[in-house]
Amino acid sequence: MKLTGAQALIKSLETQGVEVMFGLPGGAILPVYDPILDSSIRHVLVRHEQGAGHMAEGYAMVTGRPGVAMVTSGPGATNIVTPLSNAYMDSTPLVVISGQVATSAIGTDAFQECDITGVTMGITKHNWLIKRAEDIPQTVAAAFHVATTGRPGPVLIDLPKDISNTEMEWYWPETLADLDLPGYHPRTAGDPSSIAAAAALMLRAERPVLYVGGGVLKSRGAAALLELAERTGFPVVTTLMARGAFPDSHPLCLGMPGMHGNYTAVTAMQRADLLVALGSRFDDRVTGKVDAFAPGAKVIHVDIDPAEIGKVRVPEVGIVGDCRLVTEELLVALEGAGLSHGDHAGAVEAGTPGRPGTPAADRPSIEGWWAQVRAWQKEFPLYYDQGDEAAVKPQMVVETLRDLSPVDTVVVSGVGQHQMWASQYWRFDYPYTWVNSGGAGTMGFAVPAAIGAKVGRPDKTVWAIDGDGCFQMTAQELVTASAERIPVKIAILNNAYLGMVRQWQEMFYAERYSEVYLSPDLPDYVKWAEAMGCVGIRAETPEEVAPAIEKANSIDDRPVVVDFRTDAFEKVFPMVPAGGSNDAIVVHPDQANARSAR
Amino acid sequence: MTELALVRRDGDVRHHILSVLVENKAGVLARVAGLFSRRGFNIFSLAVAPTDDDRFSRITIVVDVESAPLEQVIQQLDKLINVVSISQLAPEAAVERELLLATVAVDATRRGEVIELVGVCRGEVVNVGPDQLTVMLADTPDTVDDFERLLAGYKIVELQRTGRVALPKLGRSGDPG
Repeated sequence: MKLTGAQALIKSLETQGVEVMFGLPGGAILPVYDPILDSSIRHVLVRHEQGAGHMAEGYAMVTGRPGVAMVTSGPGATNIVTPLSNAYMDSTPLVVISGQVATSAIGTDAFQECDITGVTMGITKHNWLIKRAEDIPQTVAAAFHVATTGRPGPVLIDLPKDISNTEMEWYWPETLADLDLPGYHPRTAGDPSSIAAAAALMLRAERPVLYVGGGVLKSRGAAALLELAERTGFPVVTTLMARGAFPDSHPLCLGMPGMHGNYTAVTAMQRADLLVALGSRFDDRVTGKVDAFAPGAKVIHVDIDPAEIGKVRVPEVGIVGDCRLVTEELLVALEGAGLSHGDHAGAVEAGTPGRPGTPAADRPSIEGWWAQVRAWQKEFPLYYDQGDEAAVKPQMVVETLRDLSPVDTVVVSGVGQHQMWASQYWRFDYPYTWVNSGGAGTMGFAVPAAIGAKVGRPDKTVWAIDGDGCFQMTAQELVTASAERIPVKIAILNNAYLGMVRQWQEMFYAERYSEVYLSPDLPDYVKWAEAMGCVGIRAETPEEVAPAIEKANSIDDRPVVVDFRTDAFEKVFPMVPAGGSNDAIVVHPDQANARSAR
Repeated sequence: MTELALVRRDGDVRHHILSVLVENKAGVLARVAGLFSRRGFNIFSLAVAPTDDDRFSRITIVVDVESAPLEQVIQQLDKLINVVSISQLAPEAAVERELLLATVAVDATRRGEVIELVGVCRGEVVNVGPDQLTVMLADTPDTVDDFERLLAGYKIVELQRTGRVALPKLGRSGDPG
């Protein structure tokens, strides 16, 4: 069967099982947009290519399937550079197809030419410039394989216009050997002797913490993690990328560690004698000053990327492998050592899990550790004070939103204060219900990512919790959402500032506020929402918060934007000042005062 | 992990040799160079050439390991999809060669001295001008260092070194294992 390169590309995507793609056409990619008319693949037409990339990310993060985006050459391709970088930092599987000028014009500074494989070399897992139409099926298959296996990540395929128009004989590569990837062999199973060594360390631990990262979600390892936690009785912290990997309402869960983590999660890691890092990478926002991080802890580090083992902290036991598989292997090893399931369920229910399993004489109890952890939780819970203030506290908005929305709502955020409040005050009890930009910290992520998430999970309520600064960066994609009937809901925590920067200027730059004021009503978010085909709602007082949310939750035929006017002076606590030790964690002033008053 | 490959250069032990087999595809060198630059790894020298199999090329990299732990350099390199395999070469287990070309300004009265020096060092005179000589030496990096120091006694107009290439030493026949 003869196909043009363009037809072969679309057929390759269909063969790969792609159901939806996000994109925007232009000159160099024009040939590929023609067969889309005859394809089973749904194409979502975005208003800016950055939106296509973040939508594909949101889609991938909630479904576990690779997100696909298509753009034209030059500016179309450079506009999707930020999502590629974002996906690379957060290990999100993405396949981006960019048009390129004709092969004969490459290197001549042709119209809309850009060396996008060169530009994205450092922010993709791999990229390809296709030079022969007959390479298209093989390259597409290789691209999906690379994006979705090992440590997932974004890939880019650059397709010159003349190649799209060249005929080729259709085929599909049936085996891995056909993909021509001689240097790509990700390891998934852990080394047995390392697993045994890890199990031995776990059985000797007196102050253990399971330090859970995004790798647990990527490996679909939440169930295995639950089993591991319950069998060992170890406390669990879930990083910003792992919120939902372990239920927040589980008694073993300590919540989020890091710069704006809660006191107990941060301090438990600092005082631990064993950190079991599962798919986490010792990010600087988690460790604070590395030299002062968890000084007394031995480390077991499980990661599918060998380069993460020892990159920041040299572990006592490093295990390269898929988090789910290694967790299951650890369970087998622990079972062999007498840790069976079930006989501690009562203790977990009571919130005082001791050491389960057959009590070996030399196995230390972790009851003392739990007593310490519970004492920290009691003294330093997450805290804010709405009181009877007229100004709406942003945390109160998040809590009300949480309480009035379905428990499995997908929450999407941008980057900044609102992101931290969302992560802190939502109760994540289900995996794949939290979508945010972690490593890259991409402002403007929320609106398009929420749209992609809703496309991926139309059965779920999707709420974006966004900042006013972030919203202004990518709000135009709500036009896409309205046109495509994708009913996302956006809660803007509108404090009229670039809030996180304002907080740093208040705390570390002597309250010298430089270029952070945005205005609460320029733009008018309600009118803007309406102009984009959405319902716009405004809530200005604490009393208006719940009714606004209820109204938004009752609308399911179009996007909704709620402009919550929140207290501009509220800061995110706790906070570990940048570059400082996690021991220097700063709690809410009310909590600090209460402690010094005793 | 095998023993670290320490390269002695003027008593300096900061360098390691990596022999990297890569796919012979467009842009592979840029991927390797880009990785070193964005991760802050320093390269002391780098030599690329095709192998006998035209699907692959070999890059011999001498790495400055004070800029990053060797293990981290290797693991990051190994993440590049086009990198097929990486081997570390310890100097005692490797044969290493490097080539030096130098043009020396020397008038007829001292030309004989230079030619003699080149002969003693088992180099070659590859080009002769009225008041300049171009000489060549292909030898172990240490010997090339020595030769370069000896040439420094003359006026060097231009000097180029290729960076080292290396292959594992072969076992002697009858060697156990």
